Amino acid sequence: MKFPFFPEQASTSAQQVDSLYFVLIGISVFFLAIIFLPMIYFLFKYRRGHRANRAPLNISTMRIEVTWTVIPLVLAMGLFAWGAKAYFEMEVPPANALDIDVVGKQWMWKIQHQEGNREINELHIPLGRTVKLTMASEDVIHSFYIPAFRVKQDVVPGRFVTEWFQPTKVGAYHLFCAEYCGADHSKMIGTIYVMPLADYQAWLNRGSGQDTLAQSGARLFRELGCSGCHIGPGTVRAPPLEGLYGKLVPLQTREIVRADDKYIRDSILLPNSQIAAGYQPLMPTFQGHISEEELFQLIAYIKSIANKEPEVAK
Amino acid sequence: MKELATTLERETPALIGSDENYLSAGHTLKSWLLTTDHKRIGLLYLFSISFFFVIAATAAALMRAELVTPQGDLVTSETYNKLFTIHGVLMVWFFLIPSIPSVLGNFIIPMMIGARDVAFPRLNLLSWYLFIGGGLFALYAIVAGGVDTGWTFYAPLSSVYSNTHVVEMATGIFITGFSSILTGLNFIITIQKMRAPGLTWFRLPLFIWSMFATSLILVLATPVLAITLALMVLERVWGIGIFDPKLGGDPILFQHLFWFYSHPAVYIMILPGMGVISELISCFSRKKIFGYKFVAFSSMAIAVLGFLVWGHHMFVSSQSIYAGMIFSILSFLVAIPSAIKVFNWVATLYRGSISLDTPMLYALGFIGLFTIGGLTGLFLATLAVDVHVTDTYFVVAHFHYIMVGGMVSAFMGGLHYWWPKITGRLYPEKLGQLAAIIMFFGFNLTFFPQFILGYLGMPRRYHAYPPEFQIYQVLSTAGASILAIAYLLPVIYLIWSLKHGKKAGANPWQATGLEWKTSSPPPKHNFDEMPIVTEEAYEYPPLSDEGRELEVSKDA
Amino acid sequence: MPEPQSIVAEQFEDAAQQCEAATLGMWTFLVTEVLFFGGLFLAYVVYRHAYPEGFAAGSRHTDLFFGTLNTAILLTSSLTMVLAVQAAQANETKMVMRCLLWTLALAGGFLVVKGFEYHKDIVEHLVPGAGFSPELPARAQMFFWLSWAMTGLHAIHVIVGMGLISVMTWLARRGKFSAEYHTPVEIVGLYWHFVDIVWIFLYPLLYLIGRHA
Repeated sequence: MKFPFFPEQASTSAQQVDSLYFVLIGISVFFLAIIFLPMIYFLFKYRRGHRANRAPLNISTMRIEVTWTVIPLVLAMGLFAWGAKAYFEMEVPPANALDIDVVGKQWMWKIQHQEGNREINELHIPLGRTVKLTMASEDVIHSFYIPAFRVKQDVVPGRFVTEWFQPTKVGAYHLFCAEYCGADHSKMIGTIYVMPLADYQAWLNRGSGQDTLAQSGARLFRELGCSGCHIGPGTVRAPPLEGLYGKLVPLQTREIVRADDKYIRDSILLPNSQIAAGYQPLMPTFQGHISEEELFQLIAYIKSIANKEPEVAK
Repeated sequence: MKELATTLERETPALIGSDENYLSAGHTLKSWLLTTDHKRIGLLYLFSISFFFVIAATAAALMRAELVTPQGDLVTSETYNKLFTIHGVLMVWFFLIPSIPSVLGNFIIPMMIGARDVAFPRLNLLSWYLFIGGGLFALYAIVAGGVDTGWTFYAPLSSVYSNTHVVEMATGIFITGFSSILTGLNFIITIQKMRAPGLTWFRLPLFIWSMFATSLILVLATPVLAITLALMVLERVWGIGIFDPKLGGDPILFQHLFWFYSHPAVYIMILPGMGVISELISCFSRKKIFGYKFVAFSSMAIAVLGFLVWGHHMFVSSQSIYAGMIFSILSFLVAIPSAIKVFNWVATLYRGSISLDTPMLYALGFIGLFTIGGLTGLFLATLAVDVHVTDTYFVVAHFHYIMVGGMVSAFMGGLHYWWPKITGRLYPEKLGQLAAIIMFFGFNLTFFPQFILGYLGMPRRYHAYPPEFQIYQVLSTAGASILAIAYLLPVIYLIWSLKHGKKAGANPWQATGLEWKTSSPPPKHNFDEMPIVTEEAYEYPPLSDEGRELEVSKDA
Repeated sequence: MPEPQSIVAEQFEDAAQQCEAATLGMWTFLVTEVLFFGGLFLAYVVYRHAYPEGFAAGSRHTDLFFGTLNTAILLTSSLTMVLAVQAAQANETKMVMRCLLWTLALAGGFLVVKGFEYHKDIVEHLVPGAGFSPELPARAQMFFWLSWAMTGLHAIHVIVGMGLISVMTWLARRGKFSAEYHTPVEIVGLYWHFVDIVWIFLYPLLYLIGRHA
């Protein structure tokens, strides 16, 4: 009978997490020892009927109390600091990551690569590159969990969340939904395939023929009527979107925000929440008329025109 | 055992050998259902929570049976989801939270402080009826088809997407919540205002300190649960949009509100158990608790700090990482007072006179299992590790070590300890010791493999799972069968003892504490004359080398 | 001279302990009520921060006249409540009853005004849901949900308070209270002041803030 004891270490984070884990086990064993061993010893030595010196201890207990308060406190703070530092690194994605979009819904994971490849419950990624997932849920809270990478992120409806990792080992690893989401929660599982870079390129090309995410987004941009106001002479009424992504945007409320994924999403779904300075609140909301996947496509399109100059109105 | 003559017994000889007690004062159903006697109310709660425990344990048994095989082949996934929801809801709100406070607290607190009853006896009865009322709603929800949201009721699953009887269940919990609030309120006033003359705060048994701290949490935290459930129900019924993102709501707001209550709730569950352990360790070492003041203040510190750590349930929820860091450091801090208590309990054993009666076995088991559970809490407080193990079996193991290994052990220990006082009978000691030992081993076999499962990555609330996890699930189910025996045994012999157990005297354990100064079972009014306290808590006589009482010279 | 000892419940040592226990009990209960309302206030603060223009629009559509009138009514009812407690301390039963009845009447008046206000809101399509007025931004619905929930919860507490005051009036009529024993009047007074204070917080949050934004 196989007794698997430990998950594979397949990402750059896994080692830090495991080191912390082993130190925690060590500290736990230490404390269990200093609690159980004296306890068992006392149970024997001081059992009723057994001769032993039971004269009451007339010493100040304050020093003892302070010692066994301060030492655990110091250890605790050390563990906290190490854990927090590792957590910070794990939660803040590095720049230049490979962006992949994920939509969770009851009860499957839909993955879209920028090149247009789509997967369901599977994610192919290249070895050695940082991957950043931007995720959305269509319905309830899910959670994207890859035990071998030691990463997990709840996918909350109504917002984007991100998760990043860098795989260090070729192989196939479990993907689990880790936030209870209804009837088939335990079937919302899949596989992460880590492949050497060349194989990954080949895999991407095998799916070629479909539009890239940005091309799908461009098509949607026209179909939904966005281009009517946001591109060309119509931009008198609406902010031009060429060259927008990543820039700072002054709002009517005098705030300045960065035009990132969240900004684009909120502008499409809640256009009156952040009105750009100098414009009227004219844009209709697309809440209920656009799916999470389509939102990702539009964002990819807007990212793709980030380096273009807006047309000047003639 | 030689009974020590006490002031009370010398002055009221009529009490010794009296047949009139709270049990014989009225045999009609009405005398029970309309009682305002805190002792009878404690027993009413004992029957009620046992009933809910049986249902919740049955749900667990079905779950463990299903989990023996990786495929979902015993029940459908919908049924499985309802089973773990019912298990969680009933165990948390209809068993664990009321257990020690409403059973042992109600019975013992007035006697321990030398009072005739709690401050508001009719409110106490109302608390029980609210408990029953809430329980009826919960039962209805179960019988009508169950609930499948998990005991945590996360939105928008609970408020928008679930198709089960969420409203009825939430209503039941809402009503029962008021039972908790009123019980806590009653205890606060009772402890504050009705202590016997001479019973200053630092002469109180530590059980009272724990119950006071628990009662503070009960009254402050439970109302937040009530309003949260009410909002969730309003959203479900009228689509108000408070948690539904499609209507502008925020699912994370639900989590903040829910955990603001539910984290302190776990301290509601464990603090009374810790109070019981202090009583047991002291009595069965025949020694004052080491570091009395530190243990007392630790209870208060746990109550206060317990309100500041709720976000550690939300480290991966998309909560701000800086908020996560604050919650993490506070979670480490809240572990410290618990550690202080454990060290002090073990230190109490030093130079004591230890006897391994059943209550003591449960207390020692508590120290072992609670310590393991508490240490694994450190793993969860550590942010980077929590990302990996949250929402896995690691968490399930952690809280079962504390709740079942800790809390239920403490409840069993306290029940056995005060059983002679409550019933006037002694339970069969050897069977008691056997059950306690079986429980310890059964428990570890059930839940230790789950730590391994969790780190391997098996998520919780999974009906079916990848085959490589099976070995640990099989071990866990095997342990659960043993645990079931360990819980069944006491039920059998405790009921047996009611008729056939040896009759108990006023103080079979030779313990200190005012509750032992009245007969077993006590009279309806607890004390005929108000006791006056002149001693510190746990004033056990000095010990000889063999651990017996030192013969004090009579001309002291 | 009435014998206070006869109204002391058997679990208490004396009347003083009973009185202190009852008062402390009511204060503790009021603390739980603070936390109960607190959840709603928290939700209000969170969503006001998230949707400032929706909340400002909603605030502008509340009826300042009704709100201010109700504030005056409730504050006056607290005054009559205080007078009732004072009268009880001075053993003036008729005055106690008069003041309690005035408090009851004012409380009823509060509910009547609230009724008019709710009716007006319904007529103006300010009930969130399918029929919500299209003139307001969508997020104003959140304001109105919270406003209905908070004022509704408050109104339930007013109704409960009216019940308690009625019972106190009846007990006063039956001569239950005296200079030595009037604890129930005092603690009902405490409850009533709490109900008033909740409104003092609701009024600016719902009627005043954002009105001129």
